[in-house]
Amino acid sequence: MSFGIIVPLIIAGTAAVALMRKTDVYSSLTSGIGDGLRVVLRIFPALVALLSAYAMLRASGALDALTHALSPVFAFLGVPPEMAGLVLIRPLSGSGALAVGSDLINTHGPDSMIGRASAIMLGSTETTFYTIAVYFGAAKIKRTRYAIPAALTAEFIGIVAACAITKLLFY
Amino acid sequence: MAMAWIWTIMVLVSLVFGVINGTIDAVGTAALEGAKSAVTLCLGIGGAICLWSGIMEVMRCSGLVAGLTRFLRHPLTALFPTAAKKPGALDALSLNVSANFLGLGNAATPAGIRAATLLKGEAQWANDDLCTLVVLNTASIQLIPATVCAVRAAAGAKNAFDILPAVWVTSILSVAAGLLTARFLRRIWRH
Repeated sequence: MSFGIIVPLIIAGTAAVALMRKTDVYSSLTSGIGDGLRVVLRIFPALVALLSAYAMLRASGALDALTHALSPVFAFLGVPPEMAGLVLIRPLSGSGALAVGSDLINTHGPDSMIGRASAIMLGSTETTFYTIAVYFGAAKIKRTRYAIPAALTAEFIGIVAACAITKLLFY
Repeated sequence: MAMAWIWTIMVLVSLVFGVINGTIDAVGTAALEGAKSAVTLCLGIGGAICLWSGIMEVMRCSGLVAGLTRFLRHPLTALFPTAAKKPGALDALSLNVSANFLGLGNAATPAGIRAATLLKGEAQWANDDLCTLVVLNTASIQLIPATVCAVRAAAGAKNAFDILPAVWVTSILSVAAGLLTARFLRRIWRH
């Protein structure tokens, strides 16, 4: 696809513009890469904890039971039932969603329908409850009014649209 | 504390289902296998997260983020009618949105919290602009979702970035749905 140019263009374009504006491109780059390493170290403990618990759920057969129980609802929405775990954890935990999503991408293959839909869902939705807690907690808001239903509608549409658009564009 | 509950429920349910289904031996092994796959995942995506974080830092140092922030100020006044009257709120808002757009989570959250505090004023309830801010932040609009593309690349995708147009369309639909719902609910949900 011609969209392949986007990322190389962003990388090269950023470097060229930055150099023209007399930024020390290379030292900014390496210092940012160092910050990235701290991000990786910060998410690592959560990934170990959540991937262990998720693997236990799957091995015990609980995940199959959940998938089976929810499959009528998911089939109605056009979401593959295998994605039940991802849909449930997505609004609650960012690391959890990354753990479950990467498991789906690896199990079903990155270019499969489920792999792609999971990746698109991860890329276009957020950890709704966590975000609401952080923002309203910091601003000391007691009554959140319609913020939660509106944000959950966005999340719901994101989940359903991710699967619909995957089918539309790739299959 | 929410995560404490989620994690404990996950392992307790695994224990119960393992005993009932007779899969308990596999459950113990799976715990260790899961931990191992977390290391594989981090090694697989760590380099890409670092590289992208480096590109973001170049964007920040060269003033590209500041440029986008200035550019977004005007359109954002349409979404946040009261922000212009509150000193500093519009700057914090546009920094929050542009940092989210570029995937700079570390810059987006403090700016968003500053915007939320400034938008709130004296009230203890969420006004319409504050609800809009939360909807914008819970429905991520991101140019390049670098982490998930890194997961795809590590899993051997033919083109890790071929999901980008689908991600953009999905994000726009999701944000639009959130904003429309907010617009509808604000009429019936008085404070």
